[in-house]
Parts: sequence; structure tokens; C-alpha cells
Amino acid sequence: MLSGIPLFPVQASTVAPDVDRLYFLIIAVTSFFAIATVIAVAIFAIKYRDDSGERVGAQIHGSIPLELAWSVIPFIISMGIFVYATVVFFEIVRPPAETMEIYSTGKRWMWRFQHVDGKSEINELHVPKGRPVRVTFTSEDVLHSLYFPAFRVKADAIPGRYSSVWFEATQTGDFHLFCAEYCGTKHSGMIGKVVVMEPSAYQAWLSGSDGQPLAVRGQQLFQQLACVTCHLDDNTGRGPSLAGLFGTTVELEGGANAIADDSYIRESILTPQTKIVAGYQRLMPTFQGQVNEEGVMGLIEFIKSKAATARPQPGTAPASAPPARP
Amino acid sequence: MPEAVAAHAEAHGHHAHAHHPALQHHFETLEQQKEASVLGMWIFIIQEVMFFGGLLMAYFLYRVWYHEAWVEGSNELDIVLGGINTVVLIGSSLTMALAVRSAQVGSKKGTVNWLIVTMVLGLVFLVIKFFEYKHKYDLNHIPGANFVFEGPHAGQVQIFISLYFGLTGLHALHMVIGFVLLSVIAWMAHKDRFSPEWYTPVEMSGLYWHFVDIVWIFLFPLLYLVDRTHRLG
Amino acid sequence: MMTPTLPPVTYLNHKYGVMSWLLTKDHKRIGILYMVVVTIAFVLGGVFAAGVRLELTTPQGDIWSADTYNKLFTMHGIAMVFFVLIPAVPAILGNFVLPLMIGAKDVAFPKINLISWYVFVVGFIFTVGAMVFGGVDTGWTFYVPYSSSASNTNVLMTGIGVFITGFSSILTGVNFMVTIHRMRAPGLTWFRLPLLVWALYATSFVQVLGTPVVAITLFMVVLERGLGFGIFNPALGGDPVLFQHLFWFYSHPAVYIMILPPMGIISEVIACFSRKSVFGYSFVAFSSVAIALFGFMVWAHHLFVAGISPYSAMVFSLLSYAVAIPSAVKTFNWAATMHRGAIWWKTPMFFVFGFIGLFLVGGLTGLFLAALGLDVHLHDTYFVVAHFHYIMVGGAIMGYFAGLHYYWPKMTGRMYSDILGKLSALLIFVGFNLTFFPQFILGYLGMPRRYHVYPDEWQVFNVLSSAGASVLAVGYVLPLFYLIYSLFKGEVAGANPWGATGLEWTTQSPPLPENFPGQPIVEEEAYDYHKREIKVA
Repeated sequence: MLSGIPLFPVQASTVAPDVDRLYFLIIAVTSFFAIATVIAVAIFAIKYRDDSGERVGAQIHGSIPLELAWSVIPFIISMGIFVYATVVFFEIVRPPAETMEIYSTGKRWMWRFQHVDGKSEINELHVPKGRPVRVTFTSEDVLHSLYFPAFRVKADAIPGRYSSVWFEATQTGDFHLFCAEYCGTKHSGMIGKVVVMEPSAYQAWLSGSDGQPLAVRGQQLFQQLACVTCHLDDNTGRGPSLAGLFGTTVELEGGANAIADDSYIRESILTPQTKIVAGYQRLMPTFQGQVNEEGVMGLIEFIKSKAATARPQPGTAPASAPPARP
Repeated sequence: MPEAVAAHAEAHGHHAHAHHPALQHHFETLEQQKEASVLGMWIFIIQEVMFFGGLLMAYFLYRVWYHEAWVEGSNELDIVLGGINTVVLIGSSLTMALAVRSAQVGSKKGTVNWLIVTMVLGLVFLVIKFFEYKHKYDLNHIPGANFVFEGPHAGQVQIFISLYFGLTGLHALHMVIGFVLLSVIAWMAHKDRFSPEWYTPVEMSGLYWHFVDIVWIFLFPLLYLVDRTHRLG
Repeated sequence: MMTPTLPPVTYLNHKYGVMSWLLTKDHKRIGILYMVVVTIAFVLGGVFAAGVRLELTTPQGDIWSADTYNKLFTMHGIAMVFFVLIPAVPAILGNFVLPLMIGAKDVAFPKINLISWYVFVVGFIFTVGAMVFGGVDTGWTFYVPYSSSASNTNVLMTGIGVFITGFSSILTGVNFMVTIHRMRAPGLTWFRLPLLVWALYATSFVQVLGTPVVAITLFMVVLERGLGFGIFNPALGGDPVLFQHLFWFYSHPAVYIMILPPMGIISEVIACFSRKSVFGYSFVAFSSVAIALFGFMVWAHHLFVAGISPYSAMVFSLLSYAVAIPSAVKTFNWAATMHRGAIWWKTPMFFVFGFIGLFLVGGLTGLFLAALGLDVHLHDTYFVVAHFHYIMVGGAIMGYFAGLHYYWPKMTGRMYSDILGKLSALLIFVGFNLTFFPQFILGYLGMPRRYHVYPDEWQVFNVLSSAGASVLAVGYVLPLFYLIYSLFKGEVAGANPWGATGLEWTTQSPPLPENFPGQPIVEEEAYDYHKREIKVA
């Protein structure tokens, strides 16, 4: 029975050992100070005990050197911890250049994961071992938070915004998935599992797919919602061409710049008037209410897949080739 | 029990001051009491700044994010009525200062009258505010289920108007409290409670009233004057 | 040896009747009035906690419905944070002892003091009303959009109740600041003040500047939920994270409201029961001020995973480490105070021992959470729950109990059973560690907060935790008995049963209505034990 009691979570991602090392370092430092102080207090309490209550203690007011020592030394130590912890943090929040994309939405009280090739899962996420995976997600209602303890990653799901976590799984197996932001009645039930598979097993699982690729869905929406009538690929339409757009820098009306990333595309679909591309009129209507979050994710994948056209167009920033899609 | 009272009075007696009727028992001198009141009122006012500050933080964040909507929302407000209200409030601060001055020189009539003028001006402000709110109601611009607004930024304009009502509503509430406060002070003045030695409550009410005025002086440009040149073209 | 008798005229007996209490302007009576309400709130919060821990003994949700459980932890938090932790030391002990400590007859604004109690009671009634008529389930943190649009519970009534209660805290803060500035006895310069006064002053600064921000934030939620206004609503372009910034701008400094006064108590008690001046007096005094100031600069460490920029997160992480330093300085100074002291093993000192042990763990575990790379994993898990309970309960409540047991003779004129007092301290210490230490382990394992259902393999730690909670409960209930018993049968205390320095101990126990027979004048430094001939009487 005792052997079945976990004391420590499994290290199932590339980042987990670094986080755990940080944890052990802080345990060591804090234990040292805690134990030293407790022992000092215990020794003083016993050694100088006087239950008559009628003697007085020594006349000692303080010691500047001691004050400096026990302010400066802990400060330096905590700055050291701060720096180390920040390095680990940037490792956690900065995904590598190449990641496998997964989209997700959380809503009360379930998580839906959408693989780019079309496979959709609820409360379960199949991923291959040894490959960086990035999950981009949002909430459809209240705050949630996507948490994979075995990978040591977490980010809040905020309605109206995208968040993301990335991880590279180092072990196969099933690992916990939790919602880590209170969201009402079934908050404790908004859980699931990540299933990490050997790459070949993952491929096999993936090919048993019965959904259409996200980008295809996006393409259908692009037609249905008549985006295609304004966003012509040869840039002669009322809206800018979206070919090769993803990842480039866009010049906006008013002089500011924006990077055409996931959030920019989402914003352009739902609140188009907030950022207008330089040289274009404010004609685009909002599609809020006409397309849901998953539809938006499909459109984003479709736009990502649109390679640059050969002819460079006047008025647009030079397009860099978008990263190759898996 | 009587011995304790006598001992207390005796111990107290070594200060050679007249027991001014307004001097509270736990203070040694009227001066100490006055300094305590002034410090207390200033700390209270700083707290009020933090109170409005929270709403203003929300206002500033969204103003940066949704400048267009802020311009639209602001241009919907009646700059004439807002301007009149600003002049009325500044005027009421003047009359309030005159009331404090009257109390300082011991003019009971001056104190009461200037307080009443201040209250009347405050009332004018509130009446004008009522008409502004009513106008919003008539246009279905009250945020909530019945909000109707033309234009692509309707949602963000609703946020602007929500903050408009929050800020001016809170301000109006402070004016109402000020009105009640001044009526109490005016009554006390009428009953000869103040003199050049002791008119601290009038002074403290003045501080409060000036604060409420200053809040408006910030609210007016922030709410009514966002990019008004837009409209003039 | 002179056997003390109760003094003939005290603040307790010079006027009788309910109205003499309900219309009192005496700071001492007002402190007791607060104690009554706070104790009721503590019992209420404890009952809710019992409900929570009961459910968590099993991995399934088998005792309460999910909604009921969510209400239990919410109401536990609201009762404890707003109606126990914030007022306990300032409004009870502070009210009672501050004027006595500085040689004043009362606080600067006695009528406002009484009004602050009524405001507290009205807020309490609203909030308890909300709890009784259906409850509230948003968590004490009221995050939007859940609280503004999704919850089906009494959010409005609770929000209004907490809003009202905030003004009680603000009025107390204003009162204390003016009292400390303007009503000190002749000769009582700032650096002769007892450290509890410095602590109360720093706390008042936080109460006055921070509380209005949470008040206006709750006001905005009420506008949004009650009137349909749009401020945080994402559908309109509103930002739910704005709520978090505004909420934590107060609620982080609030935890310093909760811990600074108990730290002040620890300084008082440790000086008395070591018969020695607090080591590094000015460093401890300045630490209180530093904590109050820095406390306003760290709020976004609650938002590390809420989408703030990593650079912003770095700033808040660095400042969070900075704010820990003054607390460490205090702790080292307290330990040093005991060195070459004459340590008297009485009940208040036992609570101090407990405080030091538990506050160390609580404060140091803050360093884990301030570490960005670690907080991603630990945010919103039981690690956080354990951390803040170690400081709030292990620190603040222990400190309150230390103060209660230290000042009880002054407040009532009676001594309580020292054996039972020590037993309580021990039970609380053991029960507390058993309850909350396993939660650090659970947190690192990944158990999220506010879950009543959890994976089977985590049951052992939860059972240990719940078992500890029952020991803790006994430790908290015990004082109710022996303290109340002491009112009737306790040995008469006399003016200074502990042989302590400080103006409050120069006057009778219980004190006169006007505190001192004459005007005290101060000519000595604080904690001048070395000049004393200690007579314990």
C-alpha cells in the first residue's frame, strides 16, 4: 500500500527536470534557514529559561553588522534564486521554433482538442513522444486553466484571448490533465488525460482519423462567409491578400506595425476595426457571432497554409516564407 | 465612582484652558483636536482618491485599447451641459470657501447663507446630471440588455458608457453626501455652534466639497473632451 | 506578597446595560464588541472548513453536492479573510491597547470608531444573509466572468456585504493613523513607541490606501452583474484579467494587513517573556514600513499564468523576493532577542514559539511561489493553499492568540489557566502542521485548488490533512472554555501580571474608563527591562 503512494510527480517532459531542480534548490536554501532559525530559538528558549519571571535579560540593543549580514545575504541568495527561476521560466514560456500545433477550447466543463489534421478529442489529448507540441487555446465562457502536472506547464484560458503552453513529452504513458482555475460546479470534473505515444503509434492513431483537417474546414468557412470576395490572392480586392501573410509584419493605418500571428488573425475576424492595414478602407464587417472559436482556429490554419504568391505587391511589407507546416 | 471623576477633573485642571464646549474629552486642547480633524480628513480624502482611482484605471486601460470607441462615446455626451456643470461646481467651491471665511471671522449670517448658496449650486449640478442621464435613457444608451448603438464599436462604446455612469454616478453620490453634510453644518451654524475659535467642521466640510469638485474637474475632460476636434470638422 | 483585588471602578463596571455597550465611545468596549463578532465569524468559517475537510477525506464527491462544496470553500474564505483575519488584531487588540500604549484617553475619533463597528456588523449581516439564503460559490476571489455572469448564487448580496465591511477597515485605519500622530503622551517620540504601534501604523497605511480599490472593484462587479453594465465582459471587448489586477492590487496588501499587527504582537510578547529589548528595534520598526510599501508593488504575482507579459512577470517576481526580506529581518531579530534573555515559559510565549515555526514555513514557501519557473507548476494548486494557511493561520491567528492571551489579564483583570493555555498552543501547533504540511506534497503532485474530487492515489495526504484539522479544531475550541471560565473564577491579575514594560501595564487591570488617572509622561526607551526591578504582581 505504501508503495502506491506517490510523493512526487513523474517527470514526463524536457522541462520537468529543470523545474524540479529549481524546486530542490529552493527546498535546500529555505530548509537551511528554517532549521537554523528553529534550532537557534529552541536553544535560546531552553538555555536561557527562567520561570521566576523576575530576572532580566542582558542589555543588548542590536548590531548593525548582524542586521546588514542577515539582510544582504538573504537578498543576494533570493536574487540568485530569482535569476535561476527566470531562466527556467523563459524555457517554459518560449516554445522552440518548430512545434506541432494543437488547438483547444475549454468550456464548462470539458476540453476539446483539435489536431490540425482534423482529429478532434474531448478531455483526451494524444501526442507523440519526443516532439515539441504547442497547444493554443481559449475559453468559450469563463476562466479556465490548462494544467499538465507531469509536464510542469500551465496557462489560464481566458475568454476573448488566446493562451498557449508547449511541451516535449519524454515518456510514453497517460498523464493527468486538470482545469486549474475555478469555473463552477464541475471544476473538479474538468479533467482528462494526455496520452503520450511512440511516434509510430501516434501516426497510426492519427491515420484512423475521421475528421477533416482543420485547414480544410477553414477553407470551407472562408468560402461560406464570403471572405474570398474581398481577400483576393492577387491583392486586387477590397481587402489585403492573405497569401503568405502569416508570421509577417503588417503595416497598419496610423503608422503602427503588427505581427500577423494567431491573435492578430483572430482579432481581425472578430473585431476588424481595431487594426486596419495601411492603404485599405474600413470595410470589413465583424464576424462575431457568425463563427465560433473552433471555426476561427480553422480559418487561422487555412490562412497559415496559404503560401506566398510569386508577385510582390505594392503597399505590403515583404513577405517572409512561413515555416513549413507538418 | 465619584472619587474617580473628581480625581480625573483635578488632574485635568492643571492645564489653564477654558473648557470650550466643543472640546472633546479625550483631547487636551482645541488645537490638538483641530489638528486631528484636519489630518483625519486629509487621510480620508487620499483614500477617496484610491476609490475613484480603481475606476479610472479601468478607464485608462480601455482608452488606450479602444481609442476610437472612446472618441465616439465622448462625442455622444453633451459638452454644453457638462461645461455648465463644471462652471457651477467651480462656483460652488468659491461659495464654499466664502462660507469657511465667514465662519473664520465669526459671521453666522455669512456662513449660513454661503453654505445655502453652495448647496443650491450643488443641486443645480445634480438636476443637470439628471437630465443628461434621462437623455441617455431616451436614446437607449443605458448599458445592459436594452443598449442600442449604431456603429462597429458598439460593444466598446458600451464599456465607455458603463464607466461614464460608474464615474459620474459615484461622483453624484458623493455630491449627495456632501449636500447632506452641508445641510447639517448649515444647521449647526444657524444654532451658533461655530466661532472664530472653533469652526473646524465648516473647514472640514469645505475640504470635502473641494475634493468632490476636483474629481469633477478630472472627470469632465476625461469623459467629455476625448478628441472633440473630431466633431468640429 | 500582596494579593491583588479587582479595582473598584473599571471600564467594564462603570456603566451597565446593553445600551451602554451599543452606544459606547470607549475604545476598550469597542474592541470587545469587535471580538464578539469576529469570534462568531471564526466559528462560522471553521464550520465551513470542517465541511470542506470532511468531503476531502474521500476521493469521490460523496458527502456534498459539487455546488454545496463550492459554496463551503467560498464562504470559508470570505468569513475568514474579511471578518476574522483583517479585523482580528487591529480592531480587537489594537482598539483596546493602542490608546493605552501611547498614554491617550481614547482614539482620535471615538464616535467614528463606534460607527466602524456598526459598519462591520451591517456588512457581516449582509454577508451572512447571503450565506444563509442560498450561499455564494465564486471563491472569495470573485473572479469574472464567473462571478459577473455565470454563477447562480448570491454574488450581489455578498459583494455588497464585503463592500460595506471594507469601510469599517478604512475608518479604523484613519482613526489609528491620526491617533498615533497626534495623541502620543509627552516624551513618547516615534522611536520610543512600542513596536506594536509601528505595526499598527504601517497596517493603517495599507488599510487606507488599499481597501478602497477592492471596494470599487466589487462595485464594478455589482454594476456588471446587477445592472448589466459592461466593464469586464469579453463579448464587449472587456478584459477579465483587468478584474484580477484591480482585485489583487488590494488583496495582496491585504495579507500584510493580516500579518503586520500579529508581528507587532510577537515583538511585544517576545520582549516581555525574554525580559529584554527587541533586538534591532529600529530595523524591526522600519521593516514594518517597508513591508507596507513593498506590499503594494507585488500584486501581479497572482497573475503569472494569466497572460501577463513575461517581462512584467519578472518585475513582479523580483519585487516579491524583495518584500520577503523585511519579514526575514524581523524573524532573525526576534530570535536574537531571545539570546541571553530570561525566557519565561508562559502561554503567550508558547504562541510565539508556534508563530516563529509556522511563519518561517509560510514565509519561506512564498519564495517557491515567487520563483517564476516554479510558479507555473504550483499556481492554483494545494501548494498555494498550504503556503497561505501557514502564514494566515500559523502566523496571523497564532499571533492573535498570543496577543489575546497576553492582554487578557489587562482586558478582564483575570488570569486563565496557564496549563490549558499551553495545551491549546501545542494542540494548535501539532494539528496545524498535520493539516497543512501534506498539502505542500499534494500541491507539487499537481492537486488543483477548489477540487472536491481527486485521483485515488492522493487520498492518504488528504486523510492526514483532515485528521490534523480535527486536532486543530480542538486546539481552537479549548480557549473558549478556559478564557470564559477565567472571567468568573480566574485569579485576579493585578496591574502588571507579566512584569512587562509599556504604559498599558502601568495602569490598573481592567483599566479605568479614561485609561489613566493622570497624564502619563514618558522618559524612557521602549522595552527598558534592564533598568527594571521586576516585580511580578
